[in-house]
Amino acid sequence: MQATRFLKKFVTSTNTRSLASGTRKVTLIPGDGIGPEIAAAVQKIFATANVPIEWESVDVTPVRNPDGRFGIPQAAIDSVNRNQIGLKSPLMTPIGKGHRSLNLQLRKEFNLYANVRPCRSLEGYKTLYDDVDVVTIRENTEGEYSGIEHEIVDGVVQSIKLITEEASKRVAEFAFQYAKDNQRSKVTVVHKANIMRMSDGLFLRCCRETADKYPEIKFEEKYLDTVCLNMVQDPRQYDVLVMPNLYGDILSDMCAGLVGGLGLTPSGNIGLNGALFEAVHGTAPDIAGKDLANPTALLLSAVMMLRYMDLNQHADKIQQACFATIKEAKYLTGDLGGKAKCSEFTNSICEKLN
Amino acid sequence: IVYVPKAQYGGRHTVTMLPGGGIGSELMNYVREIFRYCGVPVDFEIIDIDPNSETNDDLEYAITSIKRNGVGIKGNIETKSEQTGIISRNVAIRNELDLFVSVVNCKSYPGVRSHHQNVDLVVIRQNTEGEYAMLEHESVKGVVESMKIITEEASERLSRYAFEFARRNGRKKVTTIHKANIMKLSDGCFLETSRKVAKDYPDIKHNDMIIDNTCMQLVSNPQQFDVLLTTNLYGSITSNVICGLIGGAGLLSGRNYGDHYAVFEPGTRNTGSTIAGKNIANPFAMLNAAVDMLNHLGHTQHANAIADAMYETIVTDKIHTADLGGTASSTDCIQNILKHLDGKNISW
Ligand SMILES: Nc1ncnc2c1ncn2[C@@H]1O[C@H](COP(=O)(O)OP(=O)(O)OP(=O)(O)O)[C@@H](O)[C@H]1O
Ligand SMILES: Nc1ncnc2c1ncn2[C@@H]1O[C@H](COP(=O)(O)OP(=O)(O)OP(=O)(O)O)[C@@H](O)[C@H]1O
Ligand SMILES: [Mg+2]
Ligand SMILES: [Mg+2]
Repeated sequence: MQATRFLKKFVTSTNTRSLASGTRKVTLIPGDGIGPEIAAAVQKIFATANVPIEWESVDVTPVRNPDGRFGIPQAAIDSVNRNQIGLKSPLMTPIGKGHRSLNLQLRKEFNLYANVRPCRSLEGYKTLYDDVDVVTIRENTEGEYSGIEHEIVDGVVQSIKLITEEASKRVAEFAFQYAKDNQRSKVTVVHKANIMRMSDGLFLRCCRETADKYPEIKFEEKYLDTVCLNMVQDPRQYDVLVMPNLYGDILSDMCAGLVGGLGLTPSGNIGLNGALFEAVHGTAPDIAGKDLANPTALLLSAVMMLRYMDLNQHADKIQQACFATIKEAKYLTGDLGGKAKCSEFTNSICEKLN
Repeated sequence: IVYVPKAQYGGRHTVTMLPGGGIGSELMNYVREIFRYCGVPVDFEIIDIDPNSETNDDLEYAITSIKRNGVGIKGNIETKSEQTGIISRNVAIRNELDLFVSVVNCKSYPGVRSHHQNVDLVVIRQNTEGEYAMLEHESVKGVVESMKIITEEASERLSRYAFEFARRNGRKKVTTIHKANIMKLSDGCFLETSRKVAKDYPDIKHNDMIIDNTCMQLVSNPQQFDVLLTTNLYGSITSNVICGLIGGAGLLSGRNYGDHYAVFEPGTRNTGSTIAGKNIANPFAMLNAAVDMLNHLGHTQHANAIADAMYETIVTDKIHTADLGGTASSTDCIQNILKHLDGKNISW
């Protein structure tokens, strides 16, 4: 978690705005599905811990822009640009033609080029694997998520995966610098250059070149399939992993699965104009509105954000309260095998903060 | 639906054998040793493909041979050259022979060290297009575009195969694996086509799941799945995850089918270059591929005898190689299998 301290260096930060009172404004995107519930939980916990930040809640429900396309409201964009830091609950993207992913738009809008997901087994919460400590770093702006698709002729569709030297170098540089600043020893580039020889080949070469500048960090190249195979057999062999967009999406979710699921893993998106912290999981429509969601992932993302803002004491305190509640296992939500409501779990954390 | 070549010359078949790199050739030697021991009526036409070659002469010869014999067994073929003009030879073989489907049966062996027990699922994977289309170009310097191609035709053919497979093998549910929330047109086409085909099979349940959630679900609760229907890349990912969960790369086999040819290989398609030549590789994956091949050719008696001897070795005798946490060498496994085959005293 001290990880995030470093993240800052990457953002040409023009100082997050401080209010006269010393509190700082943070944009909050409550999201869809279980989003608002877990965002409320985080707000409650932050209030209890007297964290000196002020939430600026924004709605990102798509509106029709002057150009006729649906997109994020300008007010929301302005808020993030102003505050340069945000916390985001999961957003829903409807499946089917004609909709652009909101997550994608946010990434584009704020140039969030690297997604960082530390994945670590929690002490006191027994999972299938109790020795996981990996960080996935995912290129977040291009690749398979370029959004360029055509139907060439009837029944033949092509999607374009876009890999550029610029974005590959940027994320590679980030990964090595991250490893260095966080006393990590190895960076593994995950690729499929045996098949996608030019695109993944380019990504791979950018990582190789960056590796040369960091002789103190071990560098290794692995095929995506081999990492899938080996990760579930023995995750201890991996440390920091860097990869193109889709592979990062898949592997980071899988690693979350190794340590107990979606409800637990935090993530940070590092951009050119700011940083956005978010929970890894989706909107979980199956349990939305029922007070059943686990807010831990969003809470730990918010903790990551606090460290990024140099509010380390608050971060430590909240993290400890959260871990203690999980370890105690009295109030666990359904995804962790418990019966507690989201609100009961939240209250238990708050009690420890008082 | 796959054409099975007629046996020639007194019931014998000829099969193309491509040992490939890494542990391929040693594993193929075990296959031949066991076949010889049991008098399996199969002759091999062995073709080595030089991984360092910048030409594809060996490859073309191999493809011609499989076309002639109808059936092949292979290890993983390395393509060392990083030149972009040289394409993956494994892909070339599958495309050239139109092996449009890959089937990996993932069934736990009881008593094998693994993170999950009682897994029994099947990955049915598109094998010739999608992310492996290998249509790439550098539009401007430093900007590369890689095409993923999904066709309705191939998706439909694969979906039909999956549902037919489910029906014929007493499977209850097919799950389409996709990322249609991001790749709306391509994966969307794959998903929609499978939904359409599913309507013709009301006896089989159908649902779908995005690939990242699938991987998460696989590591925590793989028993929820039955048949996974996937695009090319997602098939590689899911089968490797599952194999990793139930014992690794050395156990399971994969089958590649088209309308005319069939090729058998280890399920995770690994080369195993780091363990080659040390007598430590697990021979089971390749032997299972050989058993699949015998079943395909209709030599079921031999297939069953070998499969039984393998089962005895791994489950009853617990002769496990290092990848399964044991201390046995590859040859220990083979000796034990031969011992069981000897005891069976079958009159072939
Ligand atoms: N915070 C959470 N607490 C408890 N369970 C969760 C949480 N987040 C996700 N889940 C569970 O994990 C599973 C997958 O969740 P996820 O939100 O990714 O679904 P999804 O269908 O992918 O949604 P989306 O399309 O928004 O990504 C669901 O069964 C959901 O109930
Ligand atoms: N038959 C087998 N028996 C035991 N282990 C195997 C077998 N096949 C593959 N493996 C293991 O599975 C993993 C993945 O194999 P893969 O072929 O991708 O890697 P490799 O070629 O051995 O190593 P590298 O990629 O480092 O060159 C390796 O750890 C390998 O040793
Ligand atoms: Mg994901
Ligand atoms: Mg999701």
